[in-house]
Parts: sequence; structure tokens; C-alpha cells
Amino acid sequence: MKGMTLIVKTISSWVKMLVFLFGIYIILFGHITPGGGFAGGVILACSYVLIMLAFGRDYTEENLSLKLASKLDCTGALLFIAIALVGFMYGGFSFFYNFIQQEYLAGKETAFKLISAGTIPLSNIAIGLKVGASLFLVLLMLSAFRPSDSSEKEN
Amino acid sequence: MMIPLPLFVAVPLAVAFIVPLFGQKTKSAATVLANVATACLLILAIYIMRTGQSGIYRVGQWSIPIGINLVLDGLSGLMLLTISIVSFAAMLFSIRYMEQYTAKPKFLSLFLLMVAGMNGVVLSGDIFNLFVFLEIASISSYALVGFGCEHEELEASFKYMVLGSVASMFILFGVGLVYGMTGTLNLAYISKTIQLAGLNNGLYFALAMFIVGFGLKAALVPFHAWLPDAHPSAPAPISAMLSGVLIKALGVYALVRVIFNVFGVSIPIGWILITLGVLSMVIGVFLAVGQWDFKRLLAYHSISQMGYVVLGVGIGAVVLAQGKDPAWASLAILGGLFHLMNHSVFKSLLFLTSGSIEIATGTRQLKQLGGLAEKMPVTRTMCTIASAAIAGIPPFNGFWSKLLIVLAAVKAQFYGLAAVTVLVSLVTLISFLKVQRYIFLGDLPDNLKEVKESKGSMAWSMGVLAGLCVVMGILLLWEPLREQILTPAVQVLVDNVYSSKIIAMP
Repeated sequence: MKGMTLIVKTISSWVKMLVFLFGIYIILFGHITPGGGFAGGVILACSYVLIMLAFGRDYTEENLSLKLASKLDCTGALLFIAIALVGFMYGGFSFFYNFIQQEYLAGKETAFKLISAGTIPLSNIAIGLKVGASLFLVLLMLSAFRPSDSSEKEN
Repeated sequence: MMIPLPLFVAVPLAVAFIVPLFGQKTKSAATVLANVATACLLILAIYIMRTGQSGIYRVGQWSIPIGINLVLDGLSGLMLLTISIVSFAAMLFSIRYMEQYTAKPKFLSLFLLMVAGMNGVVLSGDIFNLFVFLEIASISSYALVGFGCEHEELEASFKYMVLGSVASMFILFGVGLVYGMTGTLNLAYISKTIQLAGLNNGLYFALAMFIVGFGLKAALVPFHAWLPDAHPSAPAPISAMLSGVLIKALGVYALVRVIFNVFGVSIPIGWILITLGVLSMVIGVFLAVGQWDFKRLLAYHSISQMGYVVLGVGIGAVVLAQGKDPAWASLAILGGLFHLMNHSVFKSLLFLTSGSIEIATGTRQLKQLGGLAEKMPVTRTMCTIASAAIAGIPPFNGFWSKLLIVLAAVKAQFYGLAAVTVLVSLVTLISFLKVQRYIFLGDLPDNLKEVKESKGSMAWSMGVLAGLCVVMGILLLWEPLREQILTPAVQVLVDNVYSSKIIAMP
């Protein structure tokens, strides 16, 4: 049997969605509560680590393939640059211009609401995608190396 | 029209993340896209130099000490031009060269990330951002050094990564200390605080950290151990990038910027620079002469040639601090910066020719080669031009910058330094005569009878750089070009108006 015992598998399959949802929450509320794209992205990756530990590497790869994760990774980074570049369209070529806040939300009472802070929540989503996917890839790659060669030498 | 400065970072960064989306089947499209990106950067850099644009860019329209700012002045412009030229040529070269590796889109992506990092380092007006961009460039270069995934390459990459991370740690601690002492991260405001309050022990310690950290990145002699392993192990276009521009943008540029524009020059610091420079020159060249691996020999020469750059700048610093005639300081710094630019051209050309030889013969051991002059006439011509340039034979570009450094040393009455410079140049000549003799002359070994010359993009990119080696003396000799490209860069360091220009901004 691949992975860990039945107890661990059962509990992990209950918990994994909660962890994933918590990651999304941290990303979406990053601009009004502690957290943000990076922290949320790490939690997203953690939910996959949980699956990887409980069910083994192959099962995880069926769930989220290497190719898809790599594409999500690039998409996250591209989104972030795109948000920064959209500022170029609003006067004076300003990079990372918070156009939503300055042009559409200026003067409105948005403090502590979910839709506030302009481009920052959008950037958080992009960063969350990037960090989650790339950390997942890092851990997948780390689990790909088996120390079989070195142990054979020792024997 | 003003070019928005973030484009220099945003274009390579965006393309770096688009390129890996292409699969193995569409990798030619990815190659074209990456080449278009480096060509665009080259055009932008030339446009900036032509119009003499300079300026301060506030990211996100935040006012200056609060937000991040990018600064383009003469020195940044010179570095941008150098980076763009070398990255354009190396990218052109890698169209054919990188076909022998799998995962070409990943290579292109890492390459462009490194370019984005270097452009960021030279444009940043903020010491923490300088560190961040430095890490982007360094981390992608660690991966690129180990790109072949052979045993030797991974070992070199690991060694490079450990020493590079130590350097980054030193720089980060330095940044932290500076922030603690001055309360700001903006280079101009740090400089203003230092001018008003002077240096205290904490800031001296931070300066020492910067010299060690940036010295490690620039591979100056006591800190050079990683370079002779890392640079030969990388694929040839990456060796060209690492030796050509990475050690300059991350090491020498940052060191010079921090010492001249932020901390201010003083006699002891000038002598530290001169000592580092002379040590690198002499030890680097003597280590190089005995090498039998072509790329390793070139790597040791990189150390030696970086010594010239630091020596030139160091003489300038001492003359400035002594309050002697600033004309001689300008001459020395001009020599140093011009040599920086020349070295990036001829050393990247040499690394590209080494790649051309390696791909044709499968070896880079000098003793296993020989008699390639007839088999590979193009490579031979390019390699001879570059060797003449690095050895300082007129009229190639290396001669003019070495001449300037020797002249400045004599005028500033450092006769010993001038003698050492000439001597090191002679030893360089000897070691490149050895290269010519063992690779292109002599008998052709039997296993190399079927060798084919490299064609297409590889020949073109070498041709571009070789042409530059021949004509770059013009930059110095023809006054309008000199006033356009070299003089502004020298003035940034000599006049030290960096902070007042930025703080005076509305």
C-alpha cells in the first residue's frame, strides 16, 4: 500500500479541503487582515504536501500534474506583471500605479471592506497562485530524488 | 520621447514567464520571442544613449523617500548598454548552441530572468531593491551554471551557490546596518545623511560588509574561489553572460556606486580598491597561464581583467580623496569604466568561441586540440581578434582602456602600479599566444579530421562582437561619441552630485 496508514489517509482527506480553503481565505483577505499572497500561497501548497505525505507522490501528481502546476506558476507571475503594466495606460507611464484605487475608488468609504485597496487584492491573488504552484513544484521535485544510490554505497 | 525605465525590467521578466508556457514542439517560437526581447532591450538601450536621456522614475507615483525609485544616469546607462549588447549576442548564439540540451524554454526563461535582475541592479535607486534584483540575477545564474546536470556542473553550481549566498548575506547585513544607522534605504538619502553626520563605526562596518559582499560577487582575488569552477561549467552563452556582465553589474557596478555615490571616497578605501585590483590582476593572470582547460583559462583571465577595472577606479578614488587634480581621477575612472565595457565584449566573444570549439570538437582541453585554423576559419578569426583585444594590442579596444589606466597611473605618480599593469598585460599576451598555438596551429589530431565550422546564428553573434572589438576604440577617440557615452558615466562618479540631484526632484 502506498502512502501512510488508513487513519492518516482518512483524516487527511477531511482536512485537505479545509487547509485549501483557509489558504484561499488568507489570500483574498490579505489586504485587510494579516496574511497575503505569499502566506496564502504557502498554505495552498501545504494542502498538497498533506496529500503527498498521506497518499504518496503518484497520487498527488494525478491530482495536479507537473505541467499544469508549471503553467499556473507562469500565469501567476504574468498576472502580476500585467497588473503592474496596466498602470501604463493611466497617464504618465507609471509602473505599479494603483489605478483602481486612484481612478475608481477614490473618495469612497472602502476601509475594512473586501473590495478596497485597489490593485492590491488582485496582486495578492497573482502572488498566491505563483507561490502556491512554485512551492508545490519545489516539494514535488524534492520528493523525486531517492537516496538509493548513497545507501547502496554505504552497504 | 522618454522611455519608461521599468520596461528594462518588465520586458525580460514578462517574456521570461511567457517562454516556459511553450512546449517542446513550439520551442522555436519561444526562441524567437526571447531573441526579440533581447533585441528590443538593445534598441531601447541604444535609444537612451542616443538621446542622452537621464532621469528619476518613481514607481507607482509614490514620492521619493517613501516609494521605490529607479535612477538612470550616465553610469547606469553605460551598464545598460553593455548588458544589452552582451545579452543580445549571447541569446543569438544560443539559438543553435542550446539545441544540444533538453528543456531549451527553461534555459531561455532563466536567461531572461538574469537579464531582468541585472537591469534592475543598475537602475535601482534604492539599496534594498538593489539587493532584491541582485538575488534574482544570482539565483537564476546558480541554476544556469548547473544547467547541464552533469556531476561536475552540479558541483560547481553548488559551490557557486554557497559562496554566492554568503555574499548575499554580507550585503543584506550591510543593508540592515545602513538602515539602522541612517533610517532610510534610498541611496540618495543615505548619502545625504552621511554627508551631514559623517561615518560612524556602524557605517564603517557596513561598508566593510559591502566590500566583502560585492567583492565576492565580482570575484576579486581573496574572494575569487568560486569563479574558476562556475564559469567554465556553464553552457558557453551563459559563461559569456557571467564573465561578460554578471560579475560587473552585480559586483563592480554595485561596489563603485556604493563607495563613490553613497559612502564617499577616502584615501584608505581607495587603497583597499587598489590592493584588491592589483591582487586580482597579478594572481589571476599567473593562475591563468598554467591552465590547460580553455574555459578555465578564460575564467582566470576574467579575475585578472576585473582587477584592471577596480585598479582604474581605485586610482581615481585615491586621487579624488587626496584632492589632487580631478582631471587625472577622471582619466583613471574613464580607463576603468572603458575597460569594463571592453572586457565584457571581448571576454564574452572568447567564451562564445570556446563554445563554438567545444560543440565542434567535443573537448576544451588545449592539449587534445590543434590545427583547427583551416577547419574553423571563422572561429579562428574571431578568437584571434578577441585574444589581441584582451592582450592589449592596438588598434583593438583592450589597448585603449589599458593605455588609459597606465597613463592615469603615471600621471598620478603611481609608477609601480603602471609597471605592474604593463607586466600583467604581457603575461596575458603569453597565455593567449599559448591558446592560439594549441588550438589553431600545430598538427590536427586524427579524431578531429571531420570537424565542422559553426554556422548561422553562432557565427553571426561572434561576428557582431568581433566587429565591436575592432571599432570600439572610436568610443574613446571620436569626441562626440565619448561625450555621449563615456564622459557622463565618469562624471557621475567624479562630481558626486548623485544625492543632490535626486533630493532636488519635486
